[in-house]
Amino acid sequence: MQLNRIVENYDMFLQGAWMTMQLTGLALFFGFCIALPFGLARARRARFLSPLINVYVYAFRGTPLLVQLYLVYYGLAQFDVVKDSFAWPVLREAYWCALITFSLNSGAYATEIIRGAVETTPEGEIEAATALGLTRFQVARLVLIPSALRRALPQYGNEVVFMLHGSVVASVITIQDILGAGRTVNARHYLAYEGILTAAVLYMVLTLALVITFRWLENKYLRHLALAH
Amino acid sequence: MENLILYAPLLARGTLVTVQLALASLLLATILGAFGAAGKIGDGGFARSAVFGYTTLVRGIPDLVLILLIYFGGQRLLSVLGGWFGFGYIDISKFWAGVIAIGFFYGAYLTETFRGAYMTIPRGQIEAARALGLKRFTILWKVTLPQLVRFAIAGYANVWQVLVKSTAVVSVISLQDLVGLANDAGKSVREPFTFFAAVFMIYLFFTFISQSIFNWLERRYTIKGRNDAA
Repeated sequence: MQLNRIVENYDMFLQGAWMTMQLTGLALFFGFCIALPFGLARARRARFLSPLINVYVYAFRGTPLLVQLYLVYYGLAQFDVVKDSFAWPVLREAYWCALITFSLNSGAYATEIIRGAVETTPEGEIEAATALGLTRFQVARLVLIPSALRRALPQYGNEVVFMLHGSVVASVITIQDILGAGRTVNARHYLAYEGILTAAVLYMVLTLALVITFRWLENKYLRHLALAH
Repeated sequence: MENLILYAPLLARGTLVTVQLALASLLLATILGAFGAAGKIGDGGFARSAVFGYTTLVRGIPDLVLILLIYFGGQRLLSVLGGWFGFGYIDISKFWAGVIAIGFFYGAYLTETFRGAYMTIPRGQIEAARALGLKRFTILWKVTLPQLVRFAIAGYANVWQVLVKSTAVVSVISLQDLVGLANDAGKSVREPFTFFAAVFMIYLFFTFISQSIFNWLERRYTIKGRNDAA
């Protein structure tokens, strides 16, 4: 095993780790921005909107992330309309294609999680809030959403780990994330597995950190539910 | 669009490879999951730690990383072994590297599914079966397994759906599966969108069909009883 090659190229792995965290973090953020209104609309069964959101969620959850990424990165270039448009400088970049695809993907999964959490909100919570004289908007902002998001925490933690692991496909379209760094080091020094093994260890460390963070968050925000049992 | 029709046989061949890959991986994952669950439930300390190591390892790394490790690392391992034992260069099969990686990967998830299903079976039933003097195998065959299947279906369906989508990344080691072939064809006729859109629809179709089958299975294996909410 040629570990010295890994040590020599530690900065590539550091940059790769930063790229992975950045892509994953931003995708989760934008995904969440999509999912909150969509999840609420689905839970409320908003007319017209709810079926449309359902199509989006079904399509993105029912297909591989890699295919979605290829569709955006390689696919859009097929159309001259896209190539001539103002958005082309953005859509031409692998980074932006990955970010857009990941955000839409994470948005679809998170929509389902939020929908589920909103739908299982105890009726009494809403009734109590209404009885206190809160308006519908206040009920949503002060009671429904905070309560639902807390209960969505365990599942959302899974989605975060899923997104981290899903983000490896970025390396396939030349982005230098953790796996990209590993593959580059492998290719440069004719290694068989050392670079990928290092990437595996880095992903494991990140996963562990996320799992611990979410366990801590659950302890903090779901303690009242644990006591009830 | 005409190109898509022209290349339809190619896409059909790729679809077949993808389906075979998914089914073979599921078979391996099911076997590993069964052993994993048995190890976790049983009282062997070593088996339990081994399974714990296995599931923790798999849940920490992405599927693509494991595929690359098994494919390139396996290739190196084979040539090292070949040097020791004097057999020549063996080219590792992309298909089987994919099956081993995906099977190994989802075996860990099925371990949890099967273990969870086993835990749902009330202890009293097994005690009652033992009190009736049933042999261990009879208990397993007549009491545990039928219920295990029932409780595990929903989780099994989830793992299958994720597994199918995972097969797409095996194209990265240039396996000629649905994604790999569509990628080649789409680039050569300069219609990547058309071809990936077709792949997108085919995967969506898989999801739909799988869901229908598992819904039917779930209806079939659920016993309507007084505990049913519906």
